Amino acid sequence: MDGMHDLGGRQGFGKVGFTPKASPFQAAWEKRTYALRTMAGQLGVYNIDEYRHAVERMDPRHSVSASYYERVLTAIATLLVEKGVTTRAELEELAGGGFALSHPGAGGRTNAPDRKSFQRGERVRVRNDFVPGHVRLPGYIRGKTGVVMVEGPLTPFPDAHAHGLEAVDEPTYDVQFRSEDLWPGGAESAVIHVAVFQSYLEAVA
Amino acid sequence: MASQDTQQAPNASMEQRLAAVERVLEVRAHDKGLSVDGTMEWQEENLLAENGAKVVARAWTDPAFRQRLLADGKAAIAEFGIGLPAIQRQVYVLENTPAVHNVIVCTLCSCTATTLIGPPPNWYEDLEYRARVVREARTVLQEMGCPVAPETEVRVWDTTADTRFMVLPMQPPETIGWPEDKLASIVTRDSLIGVARLSGTGG
Repeated sequence: MDGMHDLGGRQGFGKVGFTPKASPFQAAWEKRTYALRTMAGQLGVYNIDEYRHAVERMDPRHSVSASYYERVLTAIATLLVEKGVTTRAELEELAGGGFALSHPGAGGRTNAPDRKSFQRGERVRVRNDFVPGHVRLPGYIRGKTGVVMVEGPLTPFPDAHAHGLEAVDEPTYDVQFRSEDLWPGGAESAVIHVAVFQSYLEAVA
Repeated sequence: MASQDTQQAPNASMEQRLAAVERVLEVRAHDKGLSVDGTMEWQEENLLAENGAKVVARAWTDPAFRQRLLADGKAAIAEFGIGLPAIQRQVYVLENTPAVHNVIVCTLCSCTATTLIGPPPNWYEDLEYRARVVREARTVLQEMGCPVAPETEVRVWDTTADTRFMVLPMQPPETIGWPEDKLASIVTRDSLIGVARLSGTGG
């Protein structure tokens, strides 16, 4: 989905709030939420792609204003409600206040039936796909051409895996793009490497 | 905030919302022998940038290990007993040189090689870094105190699948000949992400 989470290349932001050797956690509850996420993952109620999609489905206003760990907790709570582990009413009663959750999602899709294997050095184009559900294709490479560097490990296809559909393992390719091709006349010179699922790629004729 | 509900109470505090979720999972976790406290302890002991630092120090001092690390990161870090979480399939180690500067990001969320770099710093998760570093890496690095010479190629690695990345920073020339453990002590998490250079004076 073309959600607020898909940030690569968006403009209008200020300086990175960087301090050298910054702490990962700004409060005790953040560190605890980080541990909770790992533990909840081990309970097997949902998978990593369902989790990522639950973050993406947050209301845009909530998503942009929330800290990273508020997004984490919102996604976990949303999935626990959707999977029938609890209800929003129960969460709100236990919390003693409101508990905003993510919006419901659209449907997913299965691996591309016509996906192909690519060799190192081959030029590839990212399919011009517009996907309402979960997708691990950052918008800034959609329709763009790059070069395959390495065939990466087999991974369940996230667009299916996030939606309870049959997700066949497929390779991800390390694809190299030039910033000048991604944002013609609108980027600083750099080489951008993106890990791209096989189903997102097509051969360049 | 907009919501599907017509009326909504103001959100409870983060501490209260966290406690509610913990409460809901308590029995399931207990049945599986899991706990938030136990997980937190494990994370404190295992998700450490010191792990990445050890790997870097070995790569600086042992050319054969360096080759193995660059060829197959997952197998090479296993020599230290360092693993990857199950969903992280492979780790690519990216060698900084005078000609190439590597920097890593996750524009879609905040994926990181946690067993080598630790939990990511807050700025890595923030919108500014994720939005800007793919498009204006040189300016962002300059602002972060890590300017890159115009003749050096910048390579930005976006963690969009379950391959993880770690930068192998350049060894400061003044540290040549140091013992491995002393070398490891100067390697920072920021340098493993590619937003800082190292010096032998702990800079």
